[in-house]
Amino acid sequence: MKAFQGKGTAAAKRSPAEKWKYVKRHWQLYVIFLLPGLLLTLIFKYGPMGGVLIAFEDYNVIEGILGSPWVGLEYFRRFLSSPDFADYLLNTLKLSVYGLLWGFPIPILLALLLNRIRRTGVKKNIQLLIYAPNFISVIVLCGMVRMFLSPVGPLNSLLGINTNWMTMPEAFRTIYIASGIWQTAGWSSIMYTAALSNASKDLEEAAIVDGANILQQIWYVELPAIKNIIVIQFILQAGNIMSIGFEKAYALQTDMNLPASEILSTYVYKIGLLNGDYGYSTAVGLFNSVINVILLIFVNQVVKKLNDGQGL
Amino acid sequence: METRKRMKLGMSDRVILGVGYTLLGLFVLVIFVPLVYVVMASFMDPNVLNNQGISFRFQDWTLDAYRRVLENEMIWRGFGNSLFYSVAFAFISVLVTLLAAYPMSKKEFVGRNFFNVIFIITMFFGGGLIPTFILINNLHLVNTVWAILLPGSFNVWNMILARTYYQSIPGELREASELDGASEVQHFFKIMLPVCKPIIAVLALWSFVGMWNSYFDAMIYLNDANLQPLQLVLRSILVQNTPQPGMIADIQSTAEMSKVAELLKYATIVVSSLPLLIMYPFFQKYFDSGIMAGSIKG
Repeated sequence: MKAFQGKGTAAAKRSPAEKWKYVKRHWQLYVIFLLPGLLLTLIFKYGPMGGVLIAFEDYNVIEGILGSPWVGLEYFRRFLSSPDFADYLLNTLKLSVYGLLWGFPIPILLALLLNRIRRTGVKKNIQLLIYAPNFISVIVLCGMVRMFLSPVGPLNSLLGINTNWMTMPEAFRTIYIASGIWQTAGWSSIMYTAALSNASKDLEEAAIVDGANILQQIWYVELPAIKNIIVIQFILQAGNIMSIGFEKAYALQTDMNLPASEILSTYVYKIGLLNGDYGYSTAVGLFNSVINVILLIFVNQVVKKLNDGQGL
Repeated sequence: METRKRMKLGMSDRVILGVGYTLLGLFVLVIFVPLVYVVMASFMDPNVLNNQGISFRFQDWTLDAYRRVLENEMIWRGFGNSLFYSVAFAFISVLVTLLAAYPMSKKEFVGRNFFNVIFIITMFFGGGLIPTFILINNLHLVNTVWAILLPGSFNVWNMILARTYYQSIPGELREASELDGASEVQHFFKIMLPVCKPIIAVLALWSFVGMWNSYFDAMIYLNDANLQPLQLVLRSILVQNTPQPGMIADIQSTAEMSKVAELLKYATIVVSSLPLLIMYPFFQKYFDSGIMAGSIKG
């Protein structure tokens, strides 16, 4: 994973005096290039990190983060023992795990099919079309879903029924995942398509001359060419299953489908910003990020194993 | 060559290709049909749309919905705000990210590992919603554009992509410009940036699209209706089912109103999505090179 390499650089071997000389000579690199990004990171990324203390205290605005009384693990106890906990955790996990399992293979399949099209004009036009939904906003996508699935919408008139799909908890995950595939599958295939077009054409020619049929060409030439990208993409996405986005789930929620659509991030928003229960909300959010960190560290170890010791 | 290959296709290959192209065709249809449906529905007469869906008879078509949407002040204001936020955000984000990636791409940069750790940690862990909200509040950024422009503008992932791209550029370029007496700043703006067009185009597009399409930050930080971006206006029309009052004020009956409101949704979708759908094909030539530059080599 060359993109992330950081260790073993020349800088480590120099003496402090030499390093200081480098910094003085190249001050522009620090002050003009690095500083803006560093400041933004320190203020907006590290700034809030101290705020996680709110998860352990009865926060009030006047006393501030350091002055508010401590409550210890009270919020965590409350959350872990509430019946909602298992529901929201499972909703979060199911939504992202099923989304990954259904959504992951389709871009690969798309890329393999696109790779078969020899006429570049046709291929370009198909690509242009299947990328398009990626540029539609979450709100518009969810608006379209709501209209298409409304009791008087086109899907129901096509089927000759009038089901109110948006109110059915059992339909929520299917709606969420299918609309996600509709929106992003084409765009996600770019990486595989690009890797396939860089794959050795000689190998493929040789395979054809040897009488390999299409399935054999895919199995012995094309899949090996994109194997590494597939593995890394899968691992990266698996590492993100706890950080599933707020925006789409919230925009597809209705009061009726909450049993399936309430996930941790929407819950954190509601109890925190709508109900003003800062401490409890921060605790639930912290619980979510800690699981996420553990997952990412685990994933990073797997990447290192597969990748000659280079992790993130 | 082409014909010889085709002649070699065996029976099983032809079946596989047939199945494959059918699948691809189906996928293309599934993408295409909803988009076309929305566009066609937006031109329908509200009564026709309500009773029989879309119709191909031209006397049933009307521009009424577009007139109502385009006459609405909130839509235009949302457009203006979104355009400003997206352009400003793309500019700040790309500039800060490209700048920071430059020293981080140099192997001899003193402190490289240290800064790398500082940046990478933020990819793994963050303070979360409430602590961030309290910080933004304490900095008095609520209800200012900075609340949505600054916090996400330095993107570590994009920095890594840019850094990888820089590393693919021969180091001799800097050696040559150093001999000519160019400072790092001069070298960066005069020599590096022109060579880095593909990655700049991709990062700018991503930042622009990301800001244009998001609503969460604006929802929690911008309460002032005059500051709201297009997506929040759309949210109230499409998700919360409340059309802008001015759009249907002239209609008398409630039944008529709800029909028109439904029609307006389609026209609103077309109007609001068109700019990006027209824009992205111009960036397509950069997609492959930009994305491959950032792809992680196994």
